[in-house]
Amino acid sequence: MEKLKKKIGSFSFWNWVIASIIFRLILIYFPKNLNLSSRPEVSTPLTSFRRLAEGYWLKQSSMSSYAGSMYHGSPLLLSLLGPLTVKRIEGQPNHLLYSLVSVIADVVSAMLIRATGQNLRLAYLRSLESLDLVKQIDVSEFLFSGDIAALIYLCNPFTIVACVGLSTSPIENMAVILCLYGACSRLIPLAAFGWVIATHLSLYPAILIIPVIFLLGCGPDSPPRKLFLQRHQQKEVLNQSKLPPGFSWGPIIHFAFWAFLWSVYVLVLCGISLKQFGGLWEMFKSTYGFILTVEDLSPNIGVLWYFFAEVFEFFRNFFLIVFHVNILFMILPLAIRLRHRPCYLAFVYVAICSMLKSYPSVGDSALYLGLLGWFVNELADMQFSLFLFCGYVGVSLLSPVMHNLWIWRGTGNANFYFTTAMVYACLQIVLVVEGISAVLNHDRKLRILITGKPQDAKS
Amino acid sequence: MVLLQRPHILLLLIGTHQFLQCWIAFGSVNEEGQKQEEFSEELLLKPLPDHKLLAHFHFQSSGPPSTSNGCHHHLFPKAISQLVQKFRIKEMELSFTKGRWNYESWGGFDPLSSSNAKPPGVELWAVFDVPQHHIDASWKNLTHTLSGLFCASINFLESTATYSTPEWSFPPASGNVRYGTLPCEAVCTENLTPWLKLLPCRDKAGIALLLDRPSLYRGFYHSQQLHLTSTGSSSEGIDSGIILEQTLTVVLQPNSEMAIEVHASEKHIQPSWSLSSIFGKQVSGRCVLAKPSSVYLLLDRGLSAANGLTSENFWSNPSFELSANPDRIFLEESSSHSKSLSILYMFQVEKYCESEPFDIGLMWKVPVAWLCQQTPLHASRFLMGSGNERAAIAISLKSTQFTEGFMSANSKDGSCELRVDVFQVVPWYVKVYFHSLRVFVDQQPRAVSDIIEKIHVSPSKDKMSPGVMEVVLKLPCRVNTAALTIEFDKGFLRIDEYLPDANQGFDIPSAIISFPNFHASMVFLEDDSLNKSPLLSKFQEKCPVMSYTEVLLVPLTTPDFSMPYNVITITCTVFALYFGSLLNVLQRRVAEEERFLKAKAAKKTGRLPLLLSKLSAKLRGSGINQN
Repeated sequence: MEKLKKKIGSFSFWNWVIASIIFRLILIYFPKNLNLSSRPEVSTPLTSFRRLAEGYWLKQSSMSSYAGSMYHGSPLLLSLLGPLTVKRIEGQPNHLLYSLVSVIADVVSAMLIRATGQNLRLAYLRSLESLDLVKQIDVSEFLFSGDIAALIYLCNPFTIVACVGLSTSPIENMAVILCLYGACSRLIPLAAFGWVIATHLSLYPAILIIPVIFLLGCGPDSPPRKLFLQRHQQKEVLNQSKLPPGFSWGPIIHFAFWAFLWSVYVLVLCGISLKQFGGLWEMFKSTYGFILTVEDLSPNIGVLWYFFAEVFEFFRNFFLIVFHVNILFMILPLAIRLRHRPCYLAFVYVAICSMLKSYPSVGDSALYLGLLGWFVNELADMQFSLFLFCGYVGVSLLSPVMHNLWIWRGTGNANFYFTTAMVYACLQIVLVVEGISAVLNHDRKLRILITGKPQDAKS
Repeated sequence: MVLLQRPHILLLLIGTHQFLQCWIAFGSVNEEGQKQEEFSEELLLKPLPDHKLLAHFHFQSSGPPSTSNGCHHHLFPKAISQLVQKFRIKEMELSFTKGRWNYESWGGFDPLSSSNAKPPGVELWAVFDVPQHHIDASWKNLTHTLSGLFCASINFLESTATYSTPEWSFPPASGNVRYGTLPCEAVCTENLTPWLKLLPCRDKAGIALLLDRPSLYRGFYHSQQLHLTSTGSSSEGIDSGIILEQTLTVVLQPNSEMAIEVHASEKHIQPSWSLSSIFGKQVSGRCVLAKPSSVYLLLDRGLSAANGLTSENFWSNPSFELSANPDRIFLEESSSHSKSLSILYMFQVEKYCESEPFDIGLMWKVPVAWLCQQTPLHASRFLMGSGNERAAIAISLKSTQFTEGFMSANSKDGSCELRVDVFQVVPWYVKVYFHSLRVFVDQQPRAVSDIIEKIHVSPSKDKMSPGVMEVVLKLPCRVNTAALTIEFDKGFLRIDEYLPDANQGFDIPSAIISFPNFHASMVFLEDDSLNKSPLLSKFQEKCPVMSYTEVLLVPLTTPDFSMPYNVITITCTVFALYFGSLLNVLQRRVAEEERFLKAKAAKKTGRLPLLLSKLSAKLRGSGINQN
């Protein structure tokens, strides 16, 4: 029975994967890609395809790709994807090859998410077993979180739009997922590579180093270590084999070594490609500097563009610091509270970054929504999930309408669009807060199951 | 300092009271062989095909290099000579223009239009004779100085985001040139007055007397220019000679009352005019300091051909009548391009005095129609696309009747090519995608590399420098239309970067289309007397044919200007919500954990906390009792 169920599940999984790929291809064959590549929700100054093409053009005409303030991406991306921006096949859509690369990146990310999800699920089942909770929690009701996460990632309209809109976020997302996959399956060089590339491409994934260290140090998500100790105290037998391993420094040193190696490698490659034009300093200034100083004020789904368009010049630096520090301030409390669940910690970090980053796009949201699928079992009791779902749908329908009213028709004004961005930010805040509280409650539930005090189960 | 200046003031006083004697004295010096400062005033009148009249005032002062006078000048404006010496200007041109030169009907191939048709607003370019790294500083100081001199906002050209460095497509190209325009600058009489102050007679005598403000500013086109050239070796700074050309070009509509009286039924007849009917004033003699002081009437090739004027019959022409007899008549040297010749009637103002003022009128007898000589290709520029997010600039070139002639003349060799230079500056908030450059020839898309021979691009940097595009196009001679399109994104500015009237939009300066293979020049016969006339000798110089396109008005999206406080407070509220609720979730403990912690705390508490808690409990209790 179990096997059959699994078979059916995996069969429909592959069906869905193929359907989503076909859907993407259909969209690619629409004329001009439905103009998605210039939508503000899809292409930010960092991920825009047209800016990539401009950077490549400048490079081809023997100028620095950072001359002018058009291109702000990595020089490596330019070398890899740049040629695809000009290559055309007769009778095919203009950027077919580039779109195919995005589709492949999406599929690879989905497969990695699936593998990681299965990994996480196995680890979870193992820890339940070692807590002797298998009888109390119906394991057969456990969903295949890997399949679900991969399908959420592949069929999410946000991912599809980012992929068809030719933005570079599928590739950035793939680097992040590669890093998490590597850390979960203890492929340390791969994890280091993913982390270095993701940081190189969009800076914010740098904070993922904390969950990666936890992942490598103590293994994937499990209930708090205290629970295991309690359990064994109750039993009065200390079975070392059933205890989760303690924090080990070996893999972390290994990881640090590989991360150093990869970053030197990446920097050397960048240095070679920018040798004639100002070198690495120029690159840091127009990639990381551009991200941190929020120079481009074109509208996007975040809140910072309008804020910095309106704020008085002499407060600008102050608020730049405040907003970036907001991300950094939350790192430590989250790391302390969720240290036993490094993957969930990574999800929370990704969500916070995509909410507070200077140029957010739907591609970033697609990433954390995909990662959310890993924790369907833990988040089963999450509050406001229907409200959040409706909110996401509503915002993603209203935001283009408001943008159209403001930019194209001139009947609305910037406040309308900004309101949808505010609502979107609030929705993400609710999602993160409720998600964290749901996971913490889940841990509490486990403890109650172990200690057997049903009177507190509700609180 | 005052003492030093006094003799100079005295000299000036003498100069103004007894200018005649002074002038004779200069003349005597002149004969000794040393070059003296000279001033000339000339006016050129030219009927235009669309019933309008072009009046071109040309004042030239030259200060030759002289060590004898030190930094004192007799005629030459001191402000200008100081300017040149201070900033080491090799060449400079400043123009204030209102209205748009109509290339189609007013022509674009003659020296008059190619050097006097200017883009609307202020255009300034300067070539400096200083080391490369000092040029920008010199430019900044120069803009501020000029802005003070001419009561205009030229100082806005100071910021690096507004001026550019053309490499080769701008005609006076050399390494040290800086070019800047202010398309939205309003030009009015407050700019004219300081300009007139540079003339020795101001507008009190001579031809400048005609500069009646209401009639000047009523015109269709009005361009006031200042051109500086420093001659000779300027490495020592002081020793350089300076030539200052001040020109004012106006296109006016003559009052057609006279024509209506005569030929009420005929609509096509050109309006008759006279100086007094156009400017409402007459010339009552020359400015005594001006060496040549003359008025010219130019009938260009097309007009003389339409009138049937030839070298034989131009004295007595049946189609029009001049109210004054010309002193001289010049014929253009015959060129290979066309059979007909331009004719120039010259009137010397010197002969007239206050009792007998000079007034010239032209009375048309029969209707004539003609066309001015046009540029090889007529350039126009427009915006494509709608909405405030992105758009495209299109520069379209259309062949004119000239190209047809040119093509037939050059049709022998098959590979005839027409070279066109395009110089386009865009402000930084117009974010041009240079990779989207497309070329269309005769409405067919062509590969960029086929048509564009050379391209130089300097992309815009946000708030730092404008985008500059210089393109050399090689078009086949038989081309009918050619078009360049380039896409751009509209930038979003901070609220304090918008102009006071933000919804009006932002201007993209004119593109300059030049045809380096063609030179506009008019060479008149009888050279000996021409050497004395700076205007005509300027006509003889080969100046490149160029035309300016229209200024584009790009509407940019505006944020809500009344919202800064709301946006700041609401955004900060959202951030507080994020921070607060997340921290709350992280540190929240459920009841069981709380009890556990309390028990733990109770075990550990020492005497002092215990005492304190008792004290607080007592206080609370007493508080309740009191109530």
